[in-house]
Amino acid sequence: MTAPVSIRGVRQRYGTATALDHVDLEIAAGEFVVLLGPSGCGKTTLLNIIGGFAEPTEGQVLIGGRDMAGVSPKERPTTTVFQDYALFPHMSLAENVAFGLRMRGVEKSGRLKKAEEMLALVGLAGRGNRRPHELSGGQRQRVALARALAVEPDVLLLDEPLGALDLKLRRAMQDELKAIQRRVGTTFVHVTHDQEEAMAIADRIVVMNAGRIEDLGPPREVYLRPKSLFSAGFMGEINRIPVNGDSSPLGLVALGNDRERVLCIRPESIRPAELATVGALQLGRATITDAAFFGTHVRAHATPLAAPEMQIVFHLPQSVLPAPGEIVDLAAMTWVLLDP
Amino acid sequence: MMRALSWLYLAAAYLFIFLPVAVLVVFSFQDGRLPVPPLQGMSLKWYEKVLSDGDLMAALVNSLIVALISSAVALVLGFLAAHALARVKLPGSVLMRVLIIAPMTVSTLIIGLGLLTFFNQIGIRPSLLATGIGHVVINLPLCFAITYAAMGDHQKNAERAARDLGASEAQVLWLVSAPMLAPALAAAFFLSVTFSWDEFIIAFLLTRFDVTLPVEIWSMLRSGLSPATNAIGSLVFLVSIGVVVLAEIFILRRRA
Repeated sequence: MTAPVSIRGVRQRYGTATALDHVDLEIAAGEFVVLLGPSGCGKTTLLNIIGGFAEPTEGQVLIGGRDMAGVSPKERPTTTVFQDYALFPHMSLAENVAFGLRMRGVEKSGRLKKAEEMLALVGLAGRGNRRPHELSGGQRQRVALARALAVEPDVLLLDEPLGALDLKLRRAMQDELKAIQRRVGTTFVHVTHDQEEAMAIADRIVVMNAGRIEDLGPPREVYLRPKSLFSAGFMGEINRIPVNGDSSPLGLVALGNDRERVLCIRPESIRPAELATVGALQLGRATITDAAFFGTHVRAHATPLAAPEMQIVFHLPQSVLPAPGEIVDLAAMTWVLLDP
Repeated sequence: MMRALSWLYLAAAYLFIFLPVAVLVVFSFQDGRLPVPPLQGMSLKWYEKVLSDGDLMAALVNSLIVALISSAVALVLGFLAAHALARVKLPGSVLMRVLIIAPMTVSTLIIGLGLLTFFNQIGIRPSLLATGIGHVVINLPLCFAITYAAMGDHQKNAERAARDLGASEAQVLWLVSAPMLAPALAAAFFLSVTFSWDEFIIAFLLTRFDVTLPVEIWSMLRSGLSPATNAIGSLVFLVSIGVVVLAEIFILRRRA
């Protein structure tokens, strides 16, 4: 079961504070969309509005083409996976997973059979008789996922579902979440503030800030070609160099630009000019201030000779470890120009 | 030295608490007409007398009925109030909470007098029903406070999940909230039962022909001390202890 979601002109106010400011978003059926942003950006508010836990001050939410105004959470074709799992501690895992079906009047043998299937889907086959307190955090979240999917919702809402797990487990669960989404084909709307998590699982990332959508697109596009400075900075480390036309603190750069903008370059896009290929953007000579081995790469800071007050961060291959004071000629392989 | 002193202190504290009860129990076996030293020999005749006393046994049954029913009513009302006030944030919800708990600070004598006057006005005669209502009045704040304190975010989130999965409000209460609060609900219920079981002033003011056990004991005392009152006192104590032990077992088993 799956359905598209349309969010049209949604605005949400709490007193004088605006939590969401005219949000428009089209989510296709079967898509895995991640709402990404810092805390307080409105991503959870938007999820609550889709799930029916909050009514928008203005605007419309349509699921499968049906207007959801005044439709309560229980009547909506959505279910939610909560950050703190919200399992029922007095019920067995099978009873937890079967709860939604019980509410829909499915008889006992039918719903327990379905619960067993769902537990198998999340890798907990044969553990239906256990109680939630016997499980680890990761296992509890799997049960919560199985419980939400058991009623075959059109849209599954995930509210920072991996937020309470440690990093290693979180990375493992991401892959699993993605695989489960592929298998069931349900539309997933997932909220997180972890951009790596977002890139690992999303078909499309929606970057939010201060109640607005800043950027949206597939992970590669949002990372490499962000549409706003906020989005560029939130997706990962980035160098920002103010430019006016083709002149910059580094001297003239060959951008073919005609106004005041910010040149944004990711650290891994910068390399010594002799290693750069044709079409690279020449950044000029710089003095290395420090360099450290980071496992997958060497991370270095350098001060351009033309702009001693500026610092550029860049990555070098593992085999290169320059000494402070060394002079390197830098070039950028990819970059974006954004409005300040 | 310090260790010996602390054991001594502990023994003294327990002695202070339990000596009156111990004396009461010992002299309920008195083989004589007065429950005072010296102990003239052991006998069960007072228990025999008490247990074959129709009025006393009727009062005991009355007390049990009033305690169980009034506690159940207080528990349901207190639980519903706590659930509502924990979930909904209304402009006056702090005031409402204070108003529900406030009767705990009012003496039972005042509440009893108030109820007596009020019941007179609306035509409810002094009876077990009137006493039961009085006991709901004193136990409702207690049940409310205990269940309200036990509700946390954990509870709220589970209720939210249940609603999301299609449960109606009644189903949320019955299938999720109440079972999750079972230890607190049991504690509130057993505590209410013991309070109602022991309560004298309201029962004294609001009963007439059918009386509860404390009122019956009081009228026995008016005709002078007798080992029979010790015997009935021991029985009451036994029931109270039984309820406390039940509560402990029930609540501890749930927590384990």
